[in-house]
Amino acid sequence: MDITFHFNWQAAFDSIPYLLKGVPYTLLISFGGLAIGFLLGIFFGLLRISPMQWLRWPAITYIEVFRGTPVLVQVLFIFYGLPQLLGGPIDAVTAGIAAIAVNSGAYISEIVRGGVQSIERGQREAGLSLGLSRVQTFRYVIWPQAFRRMIPALGNQGIISIKDTSLFAVIGVGELVRQGQIYIATTFNALEVYMMVAIMYLIITLTLSIALRMLERKGLVGQ
Amino acid sequence: MNKDTTLSRSSVDTNATPIVSMQKLNKHFGKLHVLKDVDLEVTPGEVVVIIGASGSGKSTMIRCINGLEEFQKGQLTVDGNSLSPDGKANRALQQIRTEVGMVFQQFNLFPHLSVLDNVTLSPMKVRNTPRAEATQTANRLLERVGIADQSDKYPTQLSGGQQQRVALARALAMEPRLMLFDEPTSALDPEMIGEVLDAMRELAREGMTMVIVTHEMNFAREVADRVIYIHKGEIVEQGTPEDVFDNPQNERTQSFLARVLTH
Repeated sequence: MDITFHFNWQAAFDSIPYLLKGVPYTLLISFGGLAIGFLLGIFFGLLRISPMQWLRWPAITYIEVFRGTPVLVQVLFIFYGLPQLLGGPIDAVTAGIAAIAVNSGAYISEIVRGGVQSIERGQREAGLSLGLSRVQTFRYVIWPQAFRRMIPALGNQGIISIKDTSLFAVIGVGELVRQGQIYIATTFNALEVYMMVAIMYLIITLTLSIALRMLERKGLVGQ
Repeated sequence: MNKDTTLSRSSVDTNATPIVSMQKLNKHFGKLHVLKDVDLEVTPGEVVVIIGASGSGKSTMIRCINGLEEFQKGQLTVDGNSLSPDGKANRALQQIRTEVGMVFQQFNLFPHLSVLDNVTLSPMKVRNTPRAEATQTANRLLERVGIADQSDKYPTQLSGGQQQRVALARALAMEPRLMLFDEPTSALDPEMIGEVLDAMRELAREGMTMVIVTHEMNFAREVADRVIYIHKGEIVEQGTPEDVFDNPQNERTQSFLARVLTH
Protein backbone atom coordinates (compact mmCIF):
# COMPACT_ATOMS: atom_id res chain seq x y z
CA MET A 1 0.00 0.00 0.00
CA ASP A 2 1.26 3.40 -0.86
CA ILE A 3 1.16 5.55 2.23
CA THR A 4 3.18 8.39 0.81
CA PHE A 5 1.28 11.57 1.32
CA HIS A 6 1.77 14.52 -0.96
CA PHE A 7 1.02 17.92 0.46
CA ASN A 8 -1.41 19.30 -2.08
CA TRP A 9 -0.21 22.88 -2.59
CA GLN A 10 -2.87 23.50 -5.17
CA ALA A 11 -5.63 22.62 -2.71
CA ALA A 12 -4.10 24.93 -0.12
CA PHE A 13 -4.01 27.86 -2.54
CA ASP A 14 -7.46 27.11 -3.90
CA SER A 15 -8.94 27.40 -0.43
CA ILE A 16 -7.62 30.93 0.13
CA PRO A 17 -10.39 32.93 -1.58
CA TYR A 18 -12.97 30.88 0.26
CA LEU A 19 -11.26 31.25 3.63
CA LEU A 20 -10.79 34.99 3.10
CA LYS A 21 -14.57 35.35 3.21
CA GLY A 22 -14.34 34.33 6.87
CA VAL A 23 -11.69 36.90 7.80
CA PRO A 24 -14.04 39.91 8.00
CA TYR A 25 -16.24 37.98 10.47
CA THR A 26 -13.27 36.97 12.57
CA LEU A 27 -12.05 40.59 12.64
CA LEU A 28 -15.50 42.04 13.25
CA ILE A 29 -16.24 39.72 16.17
CA SER A 30 -12.75 40.07 17.65
CA PHE A 31 -12.35 43.80 17.46
CA GLY A 32 -16.02 44.64 17.97
CA GLY A 33 -16.05 42.45 21.07
CA LEU A 34 -12.71 43.79 22.32
CA ALA A 35 -13.78 47.42 21.89
CA ILE A 36 -16.85 46.85 24.03
CA GLY A 37 -14.78 44.65 26.36
CA PHE A 38 -12.31 47.49 26.83
CA LEU A 39 -15.10 49.85 27.90
CA LEU A 40 -16.53 47.19 30.22
CA GLY A 41 -13.02 46.61 31.56
CA ILE A 42 -12.45 50.27 32.36
CA PHE A 43 -15.88 50.52 33.98
CA PHE A 44 -15.68 47.39 36.13
CA GLY A 45 -11.94 47.74 36.73
CA LEU A 46 -12.47 51.15 38.28
CA LEU A 47 -15.51 49.98 40.27
CA ARG A 48 -13.34 47.14 41.52
CA ILE A 49 -10.94 49.60 43.19
CA SER A 50 -13.58 51.98 44.47
CA PRO A 51 -13.27 52.80 48.16
CA MET A 52 -17.02 52.05 48.42
CA GLN A 53 -17.74 48.41 49.12
CA TRP A 54 -21.21 48.53 47.55
CA LEU A 55 -19.56 49.52 44.26
CA ARG A 56 -16.86 46.87 44.52
CA TRP A 57 -19.06 43.83 44.89
CA PRO A 58 -20.95 44.11 41.56
CA ALA A 59 -17.56 44.39 39.85
CA ILE A 60 -16.19 41.36 41.69
CA THR A 61 -19.31 39.37 40.78
CA TYR A 62 -19.04 40.33 37.10
CA ILE A 63 -15.32 39.49 36.93
CA GLU A 64 -15.63 36.15 38.69
CA VAL A 65 -18.66 35.00 36.67
CA PHE A 66 -17.30 35.82 33.21
CA ARG A 67 -13.69 34.92 33.92
CA GLY A 68 -14.69 31.68 35.62
CA THR A 69 -16.87 30.24 32.85
CA PRO A 70 -15.74 29.10 29.38
CA VAL A 71 -16.30 31.51 26.51
CA LEU A 72 -17.88 28.62 24.56
CA VAL A 73 -20.52 28.17 27.27
CA GLN A 74 -21.06 31.93 27.29
CA VAL A 75 -21.72 32.10 23.55
CA LEU A 76 -24.00 29.03 23.64
CA PHE A 77 -25.91 30.64 26.51
CA ILE A 78 -26.27 33.91 24.60
CA PHE A 79 -27.14 32.33 21.24
CA TYR A 80 -29.44 29.50 22.37
CA GLY A 81 -30.36 30.47 25.91
CA LEU A 82 -31.11 34.18 25.83
CA PRO A 83 -33.68 33.96 22.99
CA GLN A 84 -35.89 31.96 25.36
CA LEU A 85 -35.83 34.93 27.70
CA LEU A 86 -36.09 37.62 25.04
CA GLY A 87 -38.65 35.85 22.94
CA GLY A 88 -36.73 36.32 19.71
CA PRO A 89 -33.62 34.98 18.01
CA ILE A 90 -30.20 36.58 18.36
CA ASP A 91 -28.02 36.95 15.31
CA ALA A 92 -24.96 34.66 15.53
CA VAL A 93 -22.48 37.49 14.87
CA THR A 94 -24.11 39.62 17.57
CA ALA A 95 -23.92 36.67 19.97
CA GLY A 96 -20.23 36.25 19.15
CA ILE A 97 -19.45 39.94 19.71
CA ALA A 98 -21.38 39.87 22.98
CA ALA A 99 -19.52 36.78 24.21
CA ILE A 100 -16.09 38.27 23.41
CA ALA A 101 -17.16 41.56 25.00
CA VAL A 102 -18.27 40.16 28.35
CA ASN A 103 -15.43 37.63 28.48
CA SER A 104 -12.57 39.96 27.57
CA GLY A 105 -14.21 42.67 29.69
CA ALA A 106 -13.77 40.53 32.79
CA TYR A 107 -10.06 39.99 32.12
CA ILE A 108 -9.51 43.62 31.09
CA SER A 109 -11.13 44.73 34.37
CA GLU A 110 -8.32 42.98 36.19
CA ILE A 111 -5.74 44.48 33.81
CA VAL A 112 -7.12 47.97 34.48
CA ARG A 113 -7.14 47.35 38.22
CA GLY A 114 -3.54 46.14 38.19
CA GLY A 115 -2.41 49.03 36.00
CA VAL A 116 -4.02 51.72 38.12
CA GLN A 117 -2.89 50.16 41.39
CA SER A 118 0.69 49.93 40.12
CA ILE A 119 1.00 53.72 40.04
CA GLU A 120 2.85 54.98 43.11
CA ARG A 121 0.69 56.67 45.76
CA GLY A 122 2.91 59.76 45.52
CA GLN A 123 1.62 60.50 42.02
CA ARG A 124 -1.92 60.86 43.30
CA GLU A 125 -0.76 62.93 46.26
CA ALA A 126 1.24 65.23 44.00
CA GLY A 127 -1.78 65.77 41.73
CA LEU A 128 -4.11 66.48 44.65
CA SER A 129 -1.57 68.76 46.35
CA LEU A 130 -1.48 70.89 43.18
CA GLY A 131 -5.20 71.51 43.46
CA LEU A 132 -6.30 69.05 40.79
CA SER A 133 -9.61 67.40 41.65
CA ARG A 134 -9.72 63.64 42.14
CA VAL A 135 -11.15 63.20 38.64
CA GLN A 136 -8.50 65.48 37.08
CA THR A 137 -5.75 63.69 38.99
CA PHE A 138 -6.98 60.40 37.61
CA ARG A 139 -7.38 61.68 34.07
CA TYR A 140 -4.13 63.62 33.67
CA VAL A 141 -1.79 61.89 36.10
CA ILE A 142 -2.81 58.31 36.92
CA TRP A 143 -4.53 57.03 33.78
CA PRO A 144 -1.89 57.96 31.16
CA GLN A 145 0.78 56.18 33.20
CA ALA A 146 -1.44 53.21 34.03
CA PHE A 147 -2.48 52.78 30.39
CA ARG A 148 1.13 52.49 29.25
CA ARG A 149 1.76 49.77 31.77
CA MET A 150 -1.39 47.97 30.62
CA ILE A 151 -0.41 47.72 26.94
CA PRO A 152 1.44 44.36 27.07
CA ALA A 153 -1.37 42.69 29.02
CA LEU A 154 -4.01 44.21 26.72
CA GLY A 155 -2.10 42.82 23.74
CA ASN A 156 -2.20 39.38 25.30
CA GLN A 157 -5.92 39.62 25.86
CA GLY A 158 -6.45 40.81 22.27
CA ILE A 159 -4.64 37.77 20.89
CA ILE A 160 -6.52 35.41 23.19
CA SER A 161 -9.87 36.87 22.16
CA ILE A 162 -9.04 36.70 18.45
CA LYS A 163 -8.32 33.00 18.84
CA ASP A 164 -11.44 32.49 20.99
CA THR A 165 -13.61 33.55 18.04
CA SER A 166 -12.66 30.24 16.39
CA LEU A 167 -15.03 28.55 18.85
CA PHE A 168 -17.97 30.39 17.33
CA ALA A 169 -17.96 28.04 14.33
CA VAL A 170 -20.28 25.98 16.53
CA ILE A 171 -23.08 28.55 16.37
CA GLY A 172 -22.65 28.84 12.63
CA VAL A 173 -20.87 32.17 12.33
CA GLY A 174 -19.08 32.13 8.96
CA GLU A 175 -15.71 33.00 10.45
CA LEU A 176 -12.36 31.47 9.50
CA VAL A 177 -12.74 28.03 11.05
CA ARG A 178 -16.34 27.64 9.89
CA GLN A 179 -15.34 28.56 6.33
CA GLY A 180 -12.54 26.01 6.51
CA GLN A 181 -14.88 23.29 7.77
CA ILE A 182 -17.35 23.91 4.96
CA TYR A 183 -14.61 23.87 2.36
CA ILE A 184 -13.12 20.63 3.73
CA ALA A 185 -16.55 19.01 3.64
CA THR A 186 -16.46 19.16 -0.16
CA THR A 187 -12.73 18.75 -0.92
CA PHE A 188 -11.47 16.59 2.01
CA ASN A 189 -8.13 18.46 2.10
CA ALA A 190 -8.14 18.83 5.91
CA LEU A 191 -4.35 19.12 6.28
CA GLU A 192 -3.92 21.84 3.69
CA VAL A 193 -6.98 23.86 4.61
CA TYR A 194 -6.48 23.84 8.39
CA MET A 195 -2.89 24.86 7.81
CA MET A 196 -4.09 27.82 5.78
CA VAL A 197 -6.59 28.64 8.53
CA ALA A 198 -3.77 28.58 11.09
CA ILE A 199 -1.60 30.82 8.90
CA MET A 200 -4.40 33.35 8.59
CA TYR A 201 -4.79 33.51 12.39
CA LEU A 202 -1.04 33.99 12.65
CA ILE A 203 -1.09 36.87 10.18
CA ILE A 204 -3.82 38.60 12.20
CA THR A 205 -2.19 38.06 15.58
CA LEU A 206 1.34 38.93 14.39
CA THR A 207 0.05 42.19 12.90
CA LEU A 208 -1.52 43.03 16.25
CA SER A 209 1.68 42.11 18.13
CA ILE A 210 3.80 44.35 15.91
CA ALA A 211 1.35 47.26 16.14
CA LEU A 212 1.32 46.99 19.94
CA ARG A 213 5.08 46.81 20.13
CA MET A 214 5.28 50.04 18.15
CA LEU A 215 2.69 51.68 20.37
CA GLU A 216 4.60 50.56 23.45
CA ARG A 217 7.90 51.90 22.14
CA LYS A 218 6.26 55.22 21.44
CA GLY A 219 4.83 55.27 24.94
CA LEU A 220 8.17 54.57 26.58
CA VAL A 221 9.21 58.22 26.36
CA GLY A 222 10.02 59.50 29.79
CA GLN A 223 9.37 56.20 31.54
CA MET B 1 28.96 79.68 60.73
CA ASN B 2 27.54 82.25 58.41
CA LYS B 3 24.09 83.11 59.68
CA ASP B 4 21.94 85.51 57.76
CA THR B 5 18.47 85.13 59.12
CA THR B 6 17.52 88.76 59.45
CA LEU B 7 15.99 88.98 55.99
CA SER B 8 13.38 86.29 56.39
CA ARG B 9 12.55 87.23 59.96
CA SER B 10 11.90 90.86 59.20
CA SER B 11 9.04 89.88 56.91
CA VAL B 12 7.04 88.22 59.70
CA ASP B 13 4.18 90.28 61.04
CA THR B 14 3.20 88.53 64.24
CA ASN B 15 -0.05 90.45 64.51
CA ALA B 16 -1.39 89.16 61.18
CA THR B 17 -4.11 86.50 61.06
CA PRO B 18 -2.41 83.10 61.05
CA ILE B 19 -2.49 81.30 57.71
CA VAL B 20 -2.49 77.93 59.47
CA SER B 21 -4.32 77.40 62.71
CA MET B 22 -4.28 73.93 64.19
CA GLN B 23 -5.97 73.37 67.51
CA LYS B 24 -5.83 70.20 69.59
CA LEU B 25 -5.39 68.09 66.49
CA ASN B 26 -5.55 64.35 67.09
CA LYS B 27 -4.86 61.62 64.58
CA HIS B 28 -4.93 57.85 64.87
CA PHE B 29 -3.66 55.22 62.45
CA GLY B 30 -5.78 52.36 63.75
CA LYS B 31 -4.66 51.95 67.35
CA LEU B 32 -1.62 54.12 66.89
CA HIS B 33 -2.11 57.63 68.25
CA VAL B 34 0.11 59.60 65.85
CA LEU B 35 -0.77 63.18 66.73
CA LYS B 36 -1.72 64.17 70.27
CA ASP B 37 -3.38 67.53 70.87
CA VAL B 38 -1.11 69.31 68.41
CA ASP B 39 -1.41 73.11 68.33
CA LEU B 40 0.24 75.07 65.56
CA GLU B 41 -0.17 78.59 64.27
CA VAL B 42 1.76 79.83 61.28
CA THR B 43 1.92 83.56 60.56
CA PRO B 44 2.16 84.80 56.97
CA GLY B 45 5.82 85.16 56.02
CA GLU B 46 6.99 82.84 58.76
CA VAL B 47 9.39 79.94 58.19
CA VAL B 48 8.63 77.09 60.58
CA VAL B 49 10.92 74.08 60.71
CA ILE B 50 9.71 70.87 62.32
CA ILE B 51 12.32 68.45 63.59
CA GLY B 52 12.05 65.11 65.31
CA ALA B 53 12.96 61.45 65.03
CA SER B 54 11.47 59.35 62.23
CA GLY B 55 8.03 58.14 63.19
CA SER B 56 7.50 61.10 65.51
CA GLY B 57 4.55 62.35 63.43
CA LYS B 58 6.20 65.38 61.86
CA SER B 59 5.38 64.38 58.27
CA THR B 60 1.84 63.41 59.24
CA MET B 61 1.43 66.81 60.86
CA ILE B 62 2.20 68.78 57.70
CA ARG B 63 0.26 66.35 55.52
CA CYS B 64 -2.82 67.21 57.60
CA ILE B 65 -2.46 70.84 56.53
CA ASN B 66 -3.34 70.09 52.90
CA GLY B 67 -5.63 67.18 53.67
CA LEU B 68 -3.40 64.35 52.46
CA GLU B 69 -4.05 62.90 55.91
CA GLU B 70 -7.33 63.02 57.76
CA PHE B 71 -7.52 63.72 61.47
CA GLN B 72 -10.08 62.52 63.98
CA LYS B 73 -10.35 65.34 66.51
CA GLY B 74 -9.53 69.01 66.72
CA GLN B 75 -9.75 72.05 64.50
CA LEU B 76 -7.77 73.05 61.45
CA THR B 77 -8.15 76.26 59.48
CA VAL B 78 -5.92 77.04 56.51
CA ASP B 79 -6.19 80.49 54.96
CA GLY B 80 -9.76 80.87 56.18
CA ASN B 81 -10.90 77.40 55.07
CA SER B 82 -11.88 75.04 57.86
CA LEU B 83 -11.37 71.31 57.58
CA SER B 84 -13.54 69.06 59.68
CA PRO B 85 -12.34 65.82 61.27
CA ASP B 86 -12.53 62.85 58.89
CA GLY B 87 -13.44 65.40 56.22
CA LYS B 88 -14.09 63.93 52.83
CA ALA B 89 -13.04 65.78 49.70
CA ASN B 90 -15.03 68.97 49.76
CA ARG B 91 -14.84 72.52 48.55
CA ALA B 92 -12.72 73.76 51.45
CA LEU B 93 -10.19 71.02 50.90
CA GLN B 94 -9.99 71.81 47.19
CA GLN B 95 -9.55 75.50 47.97
CA ILE B 96 -6.76 74.77 50.44
CA ARG B 97 -4.91 72.61 47.96
CA THR B 98 -4.94 75.28 45.27
CA GLU B 99 -3.35 77.72 47.72
CA VAL B 100 -0.92 75.44 49.52
CA GLY B 101 2.01 73.99 47.59
CA MET B 102 3.90 70.87 48.62
CA VAL B 103 7.30 69.40 47.88
CA PHE B 104 7.71 65.71 48.62
CA GLN B 105 10.65 63.58 49.70
CA GLN B 106 10.40 61.47 46.52
CA PHE B 107 9.79 64.48 44.22
CA ASN B 108 6.70 62.82 42.71
CA LEU B 109 7.14 64.47 39.34
CA PHE B 110 4.84 63.15 36.61
CA PRO B 111 7.11 60.83 34.59
CA HIS B 112 4.90 60.85 31.48
CA LEU B 113 5.06 64.63 31.12
CA SER B 114 7.97 66.84 30.10
CA VAL B 115 9.46 69.19 32.68
CA LEU B 116 7.51 72.07 31.15
CA ASP B 117 4.22 70.13 31.16
CA ASN B 118 4.79 69.13 34.78
CA VAL B 119 4.85 72.80 35.68
CA THR B 120 2.01 74.00 33.45
CA LEU B 121 -0.48 71.17 34.13
CA SER B 122 -2.23 72.45 37.21
CA PRO B 123 -2.32 76.19 36.34
CA MET B 124 -3.97 75.17 33.05
CA LYS B 125 -6.42 72.66 34.52
CA VAL B 126 -7.20 74.25 37.88
CA ARG B 127 -6.88 77.96 37.17
CA ASN B 128 -7.72 77.76 33.45
CA THR B 129 -4.60 79.74 32.63
CA PRO B 130 -4.07 79.89 28.83
CA ARG B 131 -1.17 77.72 27.64
CA ALA B 132 0.97 80.64 26.46
CA GLU B 133 0.73 82.37 29.80
CA ALA B 134 1.30 79.17 31.77
CA THR B 135 4.36 78.41 29.66
CA GLN B 136 5.75 81.87 30.25
CA THR B 137 5.30 81.53 34.01
CA ALA B 138 6.79 78.03 33.96
CA ASN B 139 9.87 79.18 32.07
CA ARG B 140 10.39 82.04 34.49
CA LEU B 141 10.11 79.67 37.48
CA LEU B 142 12.37 77.05 35.91
CA GLU B 143 14.94 79.73 35.26
CA ARG B 144 14.67 80.84 38.84
CA VAL B 145 15.45 77.35 40.14
CA GLY B 146 18.23 76.98 37.59
CA ILE B 147 16.80 74.48 35.08
CA ALA B 148 15.60 76.70 32.26
CA ASP B 149 17.51 74.75 29.59
CA GLN B 150 15.94 71.39 30.53
CA SER B 151 12.26 72.13 30.02
CA ASP B 152 11.81 69.70 27.11
CA LYS B 153 13.37 66.79 29.00
CA TYR B 154 11.48 64.17 30.96
CA PRO B 155 11.91 63.87 34.74
CA THR B 156 13.89 60.62 34.59
CA GLN B 157 16.50 62.35 32.43
CA LEU B 158 17.32 64.73 35.29
CA SER B 159 19.38 64.25 38.44
CA GLY B 160 17.61 64.02 41.79
CA GLY B 161 18.53 67.57 42.70
CA GLN B 162 17.22 68.87 39.39
CA GLN B 163 14.00 66.87 39.79
CA GLN B 164 13.41 68.33 43.22
CA ARG B 165 13.92 71.85 41.88
CA VAL B 166 11.39 71.13 39.11
CA ALA B 167 9.00 69.92 41.81
CA LEU B 168 9.52 73.23 43.60
CA ALA B 169 8.83 75.18 40.39
CA ARG B 170 5.73 73.06 39.78
CA ALA B 171 4.35 73.92 43.21
CA LEU B 172 5.20 77.62 42.82
CA ALA B 173 3.37 77.77 39.48
CA MET B 174 0.11 77.76 41.44
CA GLU B 175 1.26 80.91 43.26
CA PRO B 176 0.75 79.33 46.65
CA ARG B 177 0.31 81.36 49.82
CA LEU B 178 2.00 78.62 51.84
CA MET B 179 4.61 76.01 50.94
CA LEU B 180 4.96 72.66 52.71
CA PHE B 181 8.21 70.70 52.46
CA ASP B 182 8.20 67.07 53.53
CA GLU B 183 11.86 66.08 53.97
CA PRO B 184 12.78 67.61 50.60
CA THR B 185 16.43 66.53 50.69
CA SER B 186 16.19 63.12 52.36
CA ALA B 187 16.17 61.16 49.09
CA LEU B 188 19.02 63.12 47.52
CA ASP B 189 22.67 62.25 47.09
CA PRO B 190 24.77 64.43 49.41
CA GLU B 191 26.24 66.52 46.60
CA MET B 192 22.76 67.56 45.46
CA ILE B 193 21.35 68.65 48.79
CA GLY B 194 22.97 72.08 48.58
CA GLU B 195 21.28 73.12 45.33
CA VAL B 196 17.81 72.30 46.68
CA LEU B 197 18.46 74.06 49.99
CA ASP B 198 19.72 77.11 48.07
CA ALA B 199 16.47 77.30 46.14
CA MET B 200 14.49 77.04 49.38
CA ARG B 201 16.71 79.65 51.05
CA GLU B 202 15.97 82.00 48.16
CA LEU B 203 12.26 81.40 48.57
CA ALA B 204 12.42 82.12 52.30
CA ARG B 205 14.30 85.32 51.62
CA GLU B 206 11.51 86.44 49.29
CA GLY B 207 9.06 86.13 52.16
CA MET B 208 7.27 82.88 51.32
CA THR B 209 5.45 81.27 54.25
CA MET B 210 7.01 77.86 54.70
CA VAL B 211 6.53 74.81 56.91
CA ILE B 212 9.49 72.48 56.53
CA VAL B 213 10.11 69.01 57.87
CA THR B 214 13.82 68.31 57.62
CA HIS B 215 16.83 66.60 59.11
CA GLU B 216 19.17 69.35 57.89
CA MET B 217 19.87 71.02 61.22
CA ASN B 218 22.26 73.67 59.93
CA PHE B 219 19.73 74.69 57.33
CA ALA B 220 17.00 74.80 59.99
CA ARG B 221 19.14 77.02 62.19
CA GLU B 222 19.79 79.35 59.30
CA VAL B 223 16.34 79.84 57.72
CA ALA B 224 13.86 79.12 60.51
CA ASP B 225 11.98 81.81 62.35
CA ARG B 226 10.75 79.09 64.63
CA VAL B 227 11.84 75.52 65.28
CA ILE B 228 9.42 72.92 66.60
CA TYR B 229 10.57 69.65 68.13
CA ILE B 230 8.00 66.89 67.98
CA HIS B 231 8.29 63.63 69.90
CA LYS B 232 5.84 60.72 69.65
CA GLY B 233 3.11 62.93 68.21
CA GLU B 234 3.49 65.75 70.71
CA ILE B 235 5.11 69.14 70.37
CA VAL B 236 7.51 69.12 73.31
CA GLU B 237 9.46 72.25 72.56
CA GLN B 238 9.47 75.22 70.22
CA GLY B 239 11.18 78.57 69.87
CA THR B 240 13.75 80.45 67.86
CA PRO B 241 16.59 78.35 66.43
CA GLU B 242 18.87 79.75 69.13
CA ASP B 243 16.44 78.73 71.90
CA VAL B 244 15.94 75.23 70.61
CA PHE B 245 19.41 74.37 69.32
CA ASP B 246 21.59 76.21 71.83
CA ASN B 247 19.49 76.09 74.94
CA PRO B 248 16.92 73.28 74.76
CA GLN B 249 14.78 73.08 77.88
CA ASN B 250 13.17 69.68 77.51
CA GLU B 251 15.34 66.65 78.15
CA ARG B 252 13.92 64.77 75.16
CA THR B 253 14.91 67.67 72.91
CA GLN B 254 18.34 67.64 74.50
CA SER B 255 18.88 63.94 73.88
CA PHE B 256 17.54 64.16 70.30
CA LEU B 257 19.84 67.06 69.49
CA ALA B 258 22.77 65.34 71.15
CA ARG B 259 22.22 62.40 68.82
CA VAL B 260 21.79 64.37 65.57
CA LEU B 261 24.28 67.18 66.13
CA THR B 262 27.31 65.17 67.24
CA HIS B 263 28.10 63.48 63.94
